[in-house]
Amino acid sequence: MDEKRQALLFRKSTYNASYLPIDDYALIGDCRSAGLISRDGSLDWLCLPRFDSPSIFAAVLDTEKGGRFLVRPVGEFRTERRYLANTNVLETIFRTPTGACVLRDLMPVSSEEDKRAYLTPEHEVLRQLEGLEGEVEVEILYDPRPDYGRVRPLLEQRGALGLRCEVDGTSLTLRSELPLELTDGDHSACGVARIRSGERKYLSLTYSMEAPAVVPLLGEAARGRIERTVRWWQEWADRCPYEGPYRDAVVRSALALKLMTYAPSGALVAAPTTSLPEAVGGVRNWDYRYCWLRDASFTLRALFALGYREEAEAYTGWLLHATRLTWPELHVLYDVFGEAKLPERQLPHLEGYAGSRPVRIGNDAHGQLQLDVYGEVINGAARFLDRGGRFDRDTSRMLNDLGRTVCRRWREPDEGIWEGRSGRFHNTHSKVLCWVALDRLIEMHEAGYLEVSVELFRANRAEIRKEIEAHGYNERIGSYTRTFDGEEMDASLLTMPLYGYIEGKHPRMRSTSARIHEKLARDELVYRYETGTDDGLPPGEGAFGICSFWAVECVAQGGNVEAATQTFEQLLAYANDVGLFAEEIDPDTGAALGNFPQAFTHIGLINAALTLAEYRDEHALAGQDQPPAEKELEDHT
Amino acid sequence: MNKRSLSLWGFVGTVILTTLMAASQELGLSRINFPFMLGTMFTPNRDRAGLIGFGVHFLNGWIFASVYAAAFESWRRASWWLGAAIGLVHALYVLVVAMPALPAMHPRMANEQQGPTPTKQLEPPGFMALNYGRRTPLSVILAHLVYGGILGAFYRLK
Repeated sequence: MDEKRQALLFRKSTYNASYLPIDDYALIGDCRSAGLISRDGSLDWLCLPRFDSPSIFAAVLDTEKGGRFLVRPVGEFRTERRYLANTNVLETIFRTPTGACVLRDLMPVSSEEDKRAYLTPEHEVLRQLEGLEGEVEVEILYDPRPDYGRVRPLLEQRGALGLRCEVDGTSLTLRSELPLELTDGDHSACGVARIRSGERKYLSLTYSMEAPAVVPLLGEAARGRIERTVRWWQEWADRCPYEGPYRDAVVRSALALKLMTYAPSGALVAAPTTSLPEAVGGVRNWDYRYCWLRDASFTLRALFALGYREEAEAYTGWLLHATRLTWPELHVLYDVFGEAKLPERQLPHLEGYAGSRPVRIGNDAHGQLQLDVYGEVINGAARFLDRGGRFDRDTSRMLNDLGRTVCRRWREPDEGIWEGRSGRFHNTHSKVLCWVALDRLIEMHEAGYLEVSVELFRANRAEIRKEIEAHGYNERIGSYTRTFDGEEMDASLLTMPLYGYIEGKHPRMRSTSARIHEKLARDELVYRYETGTDDGLPPGEGAFGICSFWAVECVAQGGNVEAATQTFEQLLAYANDVGLFAEEIDPDTGAALGNFPQAFTHIGLINAALTLAEYRDEHALAGQDQPPAEKELEDHT
Repeated sequence: MNKRSLSLWGFVGTVILTTLMAASQELGLSRINFPFMLGTMFTPNRDRAGLIGFGVHFLNGWIFASVYAAAFESWRRASWWLGAAIGLVHALYVLVVAMPALPAMHPRMANEQQGPTPTKQLEPPGFMALNYGRRTPLSVILAHLVYGGILGAFYRLK
């Protein structure tokens, strides 16, 4: 390739790129780290060796300085994407005027037995390019920028052993069957090649912390790794027993969740990304590469119900043991190994997604008080017990201590589930979760599984309920409210029947659901609280995916399964072309907003599908008669 | 070697080391629990693992005490700071070499490359056992300094 063309190619690839919509990305991963690949074949986000490690590629946060690994046709092309059925292997088909080719992207995985049989690298991103029709000219750009773009390593051309660079004692190696030339002062590499119909070429990027690094073979050996990976994912997905009408969406959500689990500890990160904005150009840009306890019991419900018992038990293990550093208090979030101090820092050298500054790493929510997490963890422990799990003496003691902490602190104001930065309030949702914590402990005690301070817990449980009903419900507007003695709505109140605090058909809950739909819903999409609520940040965010799915469950529990089903189906249409959801959805455009993909949203989807299946069955058994109160709910929804 | 002195002060040193490590757990400095880690090599039952591990841990305490005693005998002197110096080397060896290597020896411990098959096992300690809390190295070093210091101060040369 001549120098002029190479320079032209480099400029084009690096500097003319604009920010793609967030839902133009798809996720690949190996259950320890994950990467985002755009519709035009660019690996724009990859952190190694862990989800919360510094990035190797971060073009999604700065197209110029972030770094990327691009494989795409030269000139005009159209793209179709999908995951290979029941896998996390991404297939991007490029159609050009001269032909078509397919790019398969994956981070190879295999069983622990296979790992003992084959020498595998610590982490690998494998890209297979296959010609489908005619001939396609493709360009490749490899531009690693470790440490969130702060490092520009020198690439070393080592012939058949590929391009290698060292970053803080770790080794990054790219092997390619397509010709690559060093460029930009040996800081990046690029190339152009022609792929003919039937041809297959491989590119393998490996990361090693140990020496000698494993340099995986390409060609047939790489094909074998793809086959093993496809087989592993398909076998895993086939274990899902859900056979309802939304199986594709449920299995895709389960596969996405699996990619966000950290297998060595069983933890589940909220999302594999940081600082994808909740409003483009805004400041609501957070690091979600950590584990939030608020997701605990909903996560366990989804995993157990879908038959992923090993994952559920591993997650319970993480939940009950990784949090020991802070016992008998619980923090809001932890890293994958249970570290609770995750100071927030800004990365001013990155411009942020489409100029959405600041880019943050770490999360200051770790210093907040969220009393709801006690209910989530204890409710999660109760689910574990329901599924046949048992506690040892230390864990029993710990659960009792958590209950005593609830009794000591439930009267305090807290920041609440949404991690507002405008101070502490008596959040009704937090009080409900304190009630849930004590209620589940008492139930476990009465079932003979736990020894707890039952009289103390009973007295506090009764007192909490009394306070909620006296101050958390506003008779004038006919609804539970965001804060005690307040008038504002909050979508988190939709979870009250999901935790068993109140029946979905209870008049108070029905009217609350109706008020929330009036105040917070735009069609099927639900905001988490009223726009204009002071949360300590400039206004501007989308509707919340999880809240929209909670509304489906709440309406179904209220008895209107048809309306819930219709809403659910409308919500499914907001997934991107490969079935992934972000944290939020822009009601005006339907675009994804916030970190992507978001575990919480996918958990909401799975649980809503399970609830619909459950209530549809009940509905069928009970016949078509609806109680008169149904009409009222339908009118409001 | 003075076996009576070794047995007595090896036991006392291990008791204090264990107490310090348990205190560091309660204070939220570290999640590391040596008896549990050792016991789960023999059984997955958490309660029984704690008991078995306790026994193995004390046995280890005596075995290591004999190494300390051998060093004191070879130098023909013993003092608290000599013991603490050996304790420091001992702790660094445990943190830098033994802990990262443990997943290869422990039948129920995951390694850092585990996945996507989830672990129902124990999480790996990682370099310097940092996966069990950022202050784990501090706790381990402190406990071993005290262990070595006790042996050095009270061991009577033969």
